[in-house]
Amino acid sequence: MELAFLIEKVAVVVILFVLTLTIAAYSTLAERKVAAFLQDRVGPDRAGPFGVFQPLADGGKMFFKEETTPNGANKWLFIAGPSLALLTSFLGSAVIPWGQPINFFGRIVPLQVTDINVGILYIFGVVSLGVYGIMIGGWASNNKYSLMGAVRGASQNISYEIAMGLSIIALLLVTNSLSFKVIAEQQHGINWNFWYQPLGFLIFLVCAFAETNRVPFDLPECETELIGGYNTEYSGFKMGAYMFAEYINMFVSSAVMATLYFGGYNYPGMDFVNQHLGTTWGPLVGVAVLLGKILAFIFFFMWVRWTVPRFRYDQLMNLGWKILIPLAIANIVITACVITFFDKF
Amino acid sequence: MILFYLVSLLTITFSLLVIFTKNPIYSVLYLIATFFTFTIHYVLLNAQFLAVVNFIVYMGAIMVLFLFVLMLMNLNKETEPMKSNLIKIIAVIAGGSLLVTLIGSFKQLDALGISTINKPEIGLVENLGKVLFSDFLLPFEVSSILLLSAMVGAVLLAKKDKTDNG
Repeated sequence: MELAFLIEKVAVVVILFVLTLTIAAYSTLAERKVAAFLQDRVGPDRAGPFGVFQPLADGGKMFFKEETTPNGANKWLFIAGPSLALLTSFLGSAVIPWGQPINFFGRIVPLQVTDINVGILYIFGVVSLGVYGIMIGGWASNNKYSLMGAVRGASQNISYEIAMGLSIIALLLVTNSLSFKVIAEQQHGINWNFWYQPLGFLIFLVCAFAETNRVPFDLPECETELIGGYNTEYSGFKMGAYMFAEYINMFVSSAVMATLYFGGYNYPGMDFVNQHLGTTWGPLVGVAVLLGKILAFIFFFMWVRWTVPRFRYDQLMNLGWKILIPLAIANIVITACVITFFDKF
Repeated sequence: MILFYLVSLLTITFSLLVIFTKNPIYSVLYLIATFFTFTIHYVLLNAQFLAVVNFIVYMGAIMVLFLFVLMLMNLNKETEPMKSNLIKIIAVIAGGSLLVTLIGSFKQLDALGISTINKPEIGLVENLGKVLFSDFLLPFEVSSILLLSAMVGAVLLAKKDKTDNG
């Protein structure tokens, strides 16, 4: 029993890890393909049919490039920066329920690494840790541009975390639970949280863009002002680690948004499908639906990147502190009033 | 139990490293590691909410600001202010008295006997929220007003005087 439990968890973790890496690798290709599509170009198409081997070629290139360390850099922290960025980006996927419990050769396996009852707060904590990779790397490079990028990254993350937390509080008023498993189960069928919290979702989405340092909030690596930002001095695989961390962050935050607001593995007519396909294949359809939602979000991230220009720094701070935070507080008050009203009558 | 001793050992090692490292940035990083071991302690005590809040507030927010300030100040060995002997002696005396006070209070605590609470689920979010909003409502609200006034004060201090163009 104990051993079977261990094997089951290890299997879920390994599958999740490989899945995350694959999706992150193919996101790099998708990003270039989407950019090409939006700009009416062809995009990478040399490596394999439609360029499907491009991520492998890119990875190989990253490994074989020379790694340089600047003279004045702090050797340990220079390595610790990208490592931390990669580590913290993986942590978030542990609490996301990927599907309903699945019947695997007579054994019910929950498709979730762990269901802690403070799951949302855990995600929030991991997000706030993510900034250390950028800060430490930027500082250890001993370069003024890198330091500027690091400082920008830190202040941006702290500012947008507040609005993100406030938008989550309004969601908690609706769900009454901090556990991802319970929240996913509540959104059975098409009873998604998005219908109850459209404004909260909008705030969360904007904050997710800021926390993952994606355009239009990619000020820590804004090349027109800062050469390359926090990663100016990085080359080879360390640079690759930073880039990879960004794509993994995008994947995890898409998964969080899909689970919190768009029903996770739930879809209309799931009872009918589960009845006909049984307890092994039915949940797998749910997993596919969740992956579909995540890929849609990733596409949205890319779509915005190639459409919207970058914010100026004061605009970024104004948006965070003077628009999003008051909006999020108003959202909490309205949600609380509506819930109290419906409970009374 | 082995886990507890291992984590405690790590906590003590990291907190000693905070004091003994020369580089202030390393000090802050070791302090972050110390807070992380605190989080593990809270989880071992089944206080999950406290663990996560410690994680978010201390590791995720306060220490980021510490690091932020240190990076902007750019402390080097050359610019480090030398402390005079008088200050060092005063620091030793102050630290020594604190140690004596702590040992004294611990002795008293031992004499009282450690009270055990037989409610393993007391640290979970739901129970904590219920207790905070019923039994401890007044202290909870008073501390929230305290934090609010501190926040308003900080905003006022940071606000530029519009009439003065300095």
